[in-house]
Amino acid sequence: MTPLLSVRDITKRYGTFVGCADVSFDLFPGEVMGIVGESGSGKSTLLNCMAGHLTPDTGEVLYDTRVDGQRDTVQMSEPERRMLGRTDWAFVHQNPRDGLRMGVSAGGNVGERLMAVGARNYGDIRTKATDWLGRVEIAPERIDDRPSTFSGGMQQRLQIARNLVTGPRLVFMDEPTGGLDVSVQARLLDLLRGLVRDLGLSAIIVTHDLAVVRLLADRLMVMKSGHVIEAGLTDQVLDDPQHAYTQLLVSSVLQV
Amino acid sequence: MSEYNFAYLDEQTKRMIRRAILKGLAVPGYQVPFASREMPMPYGWGTGGVQVSAAVLTPDDTFKVIDQGADDTTNAVSIRAFFERTAEVATTTSTEDATVIQTRHRIPEVSLQEGQILVYQVPIPEPLRFLEPRETETRKMHALEDYGLMHVKLYEDIARHGHIATSYAYPVKIEGRYVMDPSPIPKFDNPKMSDNPAIQLFGAGREQRIYALPPYTQVVSLDFEDHPFEASKPDQCCSLCQSTTSYLDEVIVDDSGKRMYVCSDTDYCAARVRKQAA
Repeated sequence: MTPLLSVRDITKRYGTFVGCADVSFDLFPGEVMGIVGESGSGKSTLLNCMAGHLTPDTGEVLYDTRVDGQRDTVQMSEPERRMLGRTDWAFVHQNPRDGLRMGVSAGGNVGERLMAVGARNYGDIRTKATDWLGRVEIAPERIDDRPSTFSGGMQQRLQIARNLVTGPRLVFMDEPTGGLDVSVQARLLDLLRGLVRDLGLSAIIVTHDLAVVRLLADRLMVMKSGHVIEAGLTDQVLDDPQHAYTQLLVSSVLQV
Repeated sequence: MSEYNFAYLDEQTKRMIRRAILKGLAVPGYQVPFASREMPMPYGWGTGGVQVSAAVLTPDDTFKVIDQGADDTTNAVSIRAFFERTAEVATTTSTEDATVIQTRHRIPEVSLQEGQILVYQVPIPEPLRFLEPRETETRKMHALEDYGLMHVKLYEDIARHGHIATSYAYPVKIEGRYVMDPSPIPKFDNPKMSDNPAIQLFGAGREQRIYALPPYTQVVSLDFEDHPFEASKPDQCCSLCQSTTSYLDEVIVDDSGKRMYVCSDTDYCAARVRKQAA
């Protein structure tokens, strides 16, 4: 089986400072990978390198494209990468304001990706947008409201709908539940888990919240100072951490 | 000759502007940056258009200026006087007789001919500006033909008003490649841009951009399949010349809200009135 995404020796430096170093892993179709670590451990740098927002200094990001098979997205031309970014990939930002157009209605936000890949029928775009708002539990009558009138949880769900409308196969998520209160977080996680399972998505989730990866991720990578220090099945890593830092991380989770 | 160099600008500057115009003509719809000069009039009064006109004028040209269709409003009168004084070219108000026409926000009703040049004054050349504020990003979007966002604007119009409510500066696509802002002409004029025998030049002074359409260029107004583009105008006839096909201005004539519709193109209207009187 070909991995959907194959990361080989990704290194990104900011001057002399190491963002992330020598990261390699494979992600198979339908799999959810979690990346955890403390702030500044290089999680987001790694995610941005994979999603094409940053250019890694060395290494390859091989993606199994629908047409041409495995391609190195680092070497791809900018239009190809952008096309991939809005069809086969999705990127959910921590702050929905980064991922949404706040001055455009909810329907327009969901429809943007469709229009970007050539949809030119207003009725069809509208139907699809309504359908997706329903799937992320936003009332259809709010389709013409701007996201600025939405609550934080709704904005995050709208961002997810906007990303999934083109039927991507790989979703990058950067702290998707950060900044939400716990009950809203739980509902969002429930929703995400449902969508990932129903649509057979592969996902890479960056978070510092171990509960999130426990719920969503099949596999887990723990990062510290730009390096991957431990990787394996989620339950295995969390229940029997080997590295001293992972042990510290697991033991510092607050128990209620 | 007066103490001005021909058409106010010095020869090097005109050469620089002509190079930008040629590049614009070679890549229709592409915004060419140019070193816009300080002109003896405020920004927003047509400094871009004036510089382009100055660069294309020759002593044998006949010059016409339109301001919102009219030949006799402040902008038109002062720019015409400017070139009468600095270039000593012949001026006219008749569209047929003019070889260079500088226009603010209208295309004449009379069809243009080969050999004529229409110069538009452009306030904001970037059609994506109000959707994407970053210049670096809009340039990239043009380079990569990433124009989905333009349709988001039209989508928002339909969602809010039930139809495409953008009525001027209606975005167009040039020869299937660049999306261009046609300057704030009413969308009624959009179809006239396509396949036009005249050269169309666009100058934005403050924004320092020139773009152009060579003769017989395909210009398509963006739309949706189920909400097609419509070149709309008031559903009235001109109360002076009774024209039903020209673009009309609505004029409020008294305090009780009485209104009349008149042709926005004064030269066209006056010519029709003369013909009817004869």
